[in-house]
Amino acid sequence: MIELLTTKYTYLAVVILLAIGAYVMIESDNFVKKIIGMNVFQTGIFVFFISAAFRTGGRSPVVSSGGSGGGSFVSPLPHVLILTAIVVGVSLTAVALGLVVRIYESYGTVNEDTLREVRANE
Amino acid sequence: MSDAFLPLLVAIPLFGALLAVATGLVTVRGPALVAWVTLAVQTLLAAWLGTTALTEGPLSVGVGGFVAPYGIELVVDGLSAVVLVLVAVVSLAALAFVSEDDPGGTAFYTEYLLLATGLSGMAVTGDVFNLYVFLEITGLATYALVASAGTGRSAVSALKYLLFGTVAASLYLLGVGYALVATGTLNMADLSTELARAGYGSPLVLASFGFIVVGLATKTALFPLHTWQPDAYGDAPDSVSAVIAALVSTVAAYALLRLVYTVYTPAFFEAVPVARDALIAFAAVSIVVGSVLAVAQSEVKRMLAYSSVSQYGLVVVGIAIGTPAAVFGAVVHLLGHAIMKGGLFVAAGAVADLTGARTVEEYAGLADRFPVLGGASAVLMLAMVGVPPAVGFAGKWYIALGAVRAGTWPVAVVIFASTLLTLAYFALLVERMFVAPASASVRAATDGGSDGPDRPSEPSRRALALVVGAAVVAVALGVVVTDLGTALEPTIDTLLSP
Repeated sequence: MIELLTTKYTYLAVVILLAIGAYVMIESDNFVKKIIGMNVFQTGIFVFFISAAFRTGGRSPVVSSGGSGGGSFVSPLPHVLILTAIVVGVSLTAVALGLVVRIYESYGTVNEDTLREVRANE
Repeated sequence: MSDAFLPLLVAIPLFGALLAVATGLVTVRGPALVAWVTLAVQTLLAAWLGTTALTEGPLSVGVGGFVAPYGIELVVDGLSAVVLVLVAVVSLAALAFVSEDDPGGTAFYTEYLLLATGLSGMAVTGDVFNLYVFLEITGLATYALVASAGTGRSAVSALKYLLFGTVAASLYLLGVGYALVATGTLNMADLSTELARAGYGSPLVLASFGFIVVGLATKTALFPLHTWQPDAYGDAPDSVSAVIAALVSTVAAYALLRLVYTVYTPAFFEAVPVARDALIAFAAVSIVVGSVLAVAQSEVKRMLAYSSVSQYGLVVVGIAIGTPAAVFGAVVHLLGHAIMKGGLFVAAGAVADLTGARTVEEYAGLADRFPVLGGASAVLMLAMVGVPPAVGFAGKWYIALGAVRAGTWPVAVVIFASTLLTLAYFALLVERMFVAPASASVRAATDGGSDGPDRPSEPSRRALALVVGAAVVAVALGVVVTDLGTALEPTIDTLLSP
């Protein structure tokens, strides 16, 4: 257990981030907070990919023209994937916030419970 | 030679989306024209590449000259050919209904073309991470389209869909991450051999399977992960519900089929039988509960939406059973469901335009007033129930046949029970339409529109053509299903070979 905590602590961080994100999305009544929860959830997955790519003593995967120099490299593939995933995440956040603005314009609230009351009175 | 044209299947609608924005700045009618031309070209290309793939075997190309498994590979085999043609044809046909009650200009057509991009991309990609990106492109376009009704209600539904859809896609991405850690590759063909080498019992592989299935099942809207779906279908503009009901979940179910058989392969199910049993149980619950919830609905669009939950359950059962007959049944039902449900949503939209009727009660007496529209919808509903020779029967028949042959008798019973439930809710609607005396809103439409200032007195030609066309195709597909079977046989044999 101690060994797990000292060597694989990034994975523990991933689990905590995923749990916080999911909890905020479920528990919060505020749509903006839900979106932030969604971002935290996604970030947990980003951290998972990045920590999976890491290797102790690995160097950055850039080869100088003078030769490879040997040794081990950190895998560049997950980093590239996560760059793409971050872009996707930003677009999602933008669309989600746009929808929140639309909801606020229509109902005058961004709170799920208040929204339910407003709709019930319609 | 034709391999080189594969990237165009994604590039054409993507370029069209950009062009729609550009022309929208100059003329008002530009974006609609761009959408028509783009999707027409896309349909021709998809038909050509699809037939080539079906007759001459799979096509594949490494994007940008990077050879698979290092680069992103695009692959079209028989199965993706079918889905590709479906996506192109349905998005082109539904455009007729979109132009009919246009929800709004440049942004709308851009989103529509981006949706076509994402769906075609999901059908042709041979790379699991690339699939994630296309899944999110599809998702983003769908969320925006659902909200394009412009009402607060549709914005709430779209946000709910967005939160669900994002978590689903994130879980899928997590599954891809586990597979990447276990194997170090993302190419589907390469993964299938590498996963076998990593060992199917390995926790990494099992976890990746679990996350990917849950992610895609949410996108497909299986019970209990379906809660976003009825709201999204119900509150979207009528033309949008038709497109997303026909295509979005269909392509997600196709992605599930692709991953289960191309990436995990039947050998995974052999090694981990509990995965198959869990998937079957999950889908069987979805079939029954979806039908029961549909029976309980009073609003027609929501009823159709819950009916989808049940029908996708059937498709996933077919996928999970995994005998050639069952997998073929799943593909047929996927195709047939897209056409029938798309047609029914167009009909529901046309009825709402004509009379304002949205609930089952308000549909009363509809067929007396609008016999062609009513008749064609009735044909589609009966096809959905599974009356031979329509395609709804063919799909269910092959899935049930596969279930019986594989010795999973309970599944055949579930399919039978769900057929009765499907009959229950569609028979109710047909009875209202043909037998019951006309409701207030239908009478109002008959009297010349006393309740609405600008309601048309006849269904528009385009909507009518779409509904009748869907009814004809639904019956015709059922007749030619054996030919489709012959064409798909090599593909399914390759998929299911150990």
